[in-house]
Amino acid sequence: MPAMLRKLAQRLGMLQHSFAGGVHPEMFKVTAGLPIEVAPIAPVHILPMKQHIGEACSPLVKVGDRVLRGQKIAKSEGYLSVPVHAPTSGRVVRIEEHAIPHPSGMGLPCIFVESDGLDEVDESLEPMADWREINPAILRERVRMCGLAGLGGAVFPTFIKLIQDKRFPIETLVLNGIECEPWLTNDHRMMLENPDDILSGMAIVMHMVGAKSGIIAIEDNKPDAATAMREALSRASDMENVRVVVLPTRYPQGSEKQLIYSLTGKEVAAGRLPMHIGVVCQNVGTSKAVHDAVMLGRTLTERLVTVSGDACDNPATMSVRLGMPVRTLFAQRGLDDLSGLHLLHGGPMMGERLKNVDVPVIKSTTGLLAMSNATMQQAHTEEQPCIRCGHCSEACPVHLVPNLLADACRSDQFDKAENYHLFDCIECGSCSYVCPSNIPLVHYFRYGKGQIAQTRREQIFAEASRKRSEARDARIEAEKAEKAARRSRVRQEHAPVKTGETVEPEAKDATQEKS
Amino acid sequence: MPVMLSPPHAHGGDSIRMTMLTVILALLPATAISVYLFGWLAVLLIVTCMGTALLTEALCLKWMKRPLSTLLDNSAALTGLFLALTLPAAVPWWMAVLASVFAIVLGKQIYGGLGYNIFNPALSARIILLISFPLHMTTWIMPMSAVEPALNLYDFSLCLSFFLVGPDALKVGFDAISMASPLGYVKTEATLGVPVSEALNAYNYSYLNAFLGFEAGSIGETSALALLIGGIFLLARHTITWHIPFSYIATVLLLAGLFNALYPEQFTPPLFHLFAGGLILCAFFMATDPVSSPVTPLGQIVFGIGCGVLTWSIRSFGGYPEGAMFAVLLMNCAVPLIDHYFRPRVYGYKSGGRS
Ligand code: SF4
Ligand code: SF4
Repeated sequence: MPAMLRKLAQRLGMLQHSFAGGVHPEMFKVTAGLPIEVAPIAPVHILPMKQHIGEACSPLVKVGDRVLRGQKIAKSEGYLSVPVHAPTSGRVVRIEEHAIPHPSGMGLPCIFVESDGLDEVDESLEPMADWREINPAILRERVRMCGLAGLGGAVFPTFIKLIQDKRFPIETLVLNGIECEPWLTNDHRMMLENPDDILSGMAIVMHMVGAKSGIIAIEDNKPDAATAMREALSRASDMENVRVVVLPTRYPQGSEKQLIYSLTGKEVAAGRLPMHIGVVCQNVGTSKAVHDAVMLGRTLTERLVTVSGDACDNPATMSVRLGMPVRTLFAQRGLDDLSGLHLLHGGPMMGERLKNVDVPVIKSTTGLLAMSNATMQQAHTEEQPCIRCGHCSEACPVHLVPNLLADACRSDQFDKAENYHLFDCIECGSCSYVCPSNIPLVHYFRYGKGQIAQTRREQIFAEASRKRSEARDARIEAEKAEKAARRSRVRQEHAPVKTGETVEPEAKDATQEKS
Repeated sequence: MPVMLSPPHAHGGDSIRMTMLTVILALLPATAISVYLFGWLAVLLIVTCMGTALLTEALCLKWMKRPLSTLLDNSAALTGLFLALTLPAAVPWWMAVLASVFAIVLGKQIYGGLGYNIFNPALSARIILLISFPLHMTTWIMPMSAVEPALNLYDFSLCLSFFLVGPDALKVGFDAISMASPLGYVKTEATLGVPVSEALNAYNYSYLNAFLGFEAGSIGETSALALLIGGIFLLARHTITWHIPFSYIATVLLLAGLFNALYPEQFTPPLFHLFAGGLILCAFFMATDPVSSPVTPLGQIVFGIGCGVLTWSIRSFGGYPEGAMFAVLLMNCAVPLIDHYFRPRVYGYKSGGRS
């Protein structure tokens, strides 16, 4: 009965510790009870020069170079960027463009590392076991050079969130163990098998950002994970200010802003970051990676990947070296023939369909799902007219009105779409999930966002060239005026009788405009 | 396989067909009671309306070269059933046919088909009929064939001849079989200056009868009980939300309660409003019609309040005794405005829309 009452209260939006909206997709966590398996090293690993959100890296090695596991092979070029490391020891055999997991099927420069089977490790990074004594800025640099990016799937460079800013003191570190996407079980298994490393990473992050308290958030469909984390907490020293909070299972509970609302009842204002309200979120997998980077001096060369899906008879949560070709990994699970299957990169709610199976596992590869044709067809049946049932508005965790928004995008009324907060849509897909008319709403939002971005780029370009040509005109004007002025000065000198004549005003204006 | 394969790659399994079927199921108690109360007349009416609606829809689809499989979305069947339930048992067959054709053609297809109509198709057809044939549309037969022997509702041939030929077939006029509905009766008396309590007494009005359905009215709207069962089913199945029915009914009750308390002899009491006429049918089934109601919860509450105010006002001050259907239709016009102005506050923004 209390459970029913709570459900009712949630549906009415009366419980504070729950965001309004969201859906309950079937979870299919078939690999939840299976221990993590270690994938073997592939003959050749393919390392794209960009595996995170931000700017691409540039290679540090040449074809023929020998590399060690963990060695930096590409350096970050911009601020929002993290380096790439060799996943195993071997030789660089090629550096060329290759397909990466991306909806557009686009390619990027990649370094191909051929394994020598020795898996020798580059030990040049010293462990920092005394991190409590170390300046957070130095730890942050360590996290950066180890190539860490959010392993929950968003792959935002981790070090960016680890800054201490006097103006925005961090109250709470939230460790995100929600894992609300169906099928995926990485965080779940990680919490069961490495709870102590996760906590160690959490302590380091709290030290770095100066957080006073910590919350480990777990959905109630993983009670064993919550127990494991609680037990680890009781073993850990000086982590009394950290607690485990179990939240009701609802997609997209794991989305940062929704999670913060569920935990604190606070909203992150539009255009601001969680740190502005004193919160920093990290995924549990990222926390483990922080532990590895600081305590063991290990760079990011592997991640957990759930290989599953209804067409995969032998699913598993796997520890995979980055750069492993997807085809090889599926073959590991007995899927040699992928024809007739639909492959997803990530979970079914926000993941992308893979057009090419020769792409590698990258830092954002949370899952690789093999789906049968029938399942995909069921999910993508023919679009019917909107019957304005309002289920999409009810499901939207951002409180948008998806059907009106999609209408505006579809009819190219982009001003209206922006007015309806198109850019606040997090593309969680909850709206499409519940739509009885099977309208691919997210598709329309992406179309709208793409068109608007395109127009903006063009506008900026046009503006720049307008400025350039204006400046040129002004310069010519100014030169002309200058000449005229010189001429008139010359004339004046030769005709001293004239009065009241000054330099032409336009000349002045033109020079001013130029400056 | 369709070409568009953007995420999500999972679907909850809801469909238009199931939604419409759920509403049809929710109307079953009311349908069953209407058959119990009005016998073969109700059966004939429902079959005619649903049949004509489906046929008309099929013809429209054929003419517009759309796939006939669209019929399977159950929306035309639902419109037919809706319409039948809002008609008096005494309407002749041709009026039922006309109304069904109106509902599909004028109520839905001219706007572009399902999803594009501004008004609830069944309601608009019913209103066209009410305005065109006021006499037929306000001639009520006493439920349970109390007017025997003029019309025996259990006798199929009698009902069929009444349906096909009208009261003339029975050698009786409308006056002999008709009776006023409670709403109509009180309204007429009120215009003559008779106080509400006296009128109700004279009518022999009983709240229990009204709740169960033993009062004159359209075949599907008499039984508040049956409609409430269906409404609760819809709420439980999450086909509708509480916003519209709750705000609608609460508004009527509040207004009626307030005015009845202040001027008991001029304004009818709230419970009378609740059970009389089509308030419950409209609140749970008509006003919640997804296509012609607002999409956001906030908008739905505004819509419900609007329907409530209009229903009570028309019943209390208007020329027609019943206001529920007019109210819903009028509010349908306001839906685009409501949708635009009553959007929820977006995450991360203050109520003014600033961040
Ligand atoms: S869920 Fe689908 S049919 Fe319902 S209002 Fe939204 S877009 Fe329209
Ligand atoms: S995809 Fe966008 S519009 Fe749809 S539910 Fe998610 S946030 Fe709302």
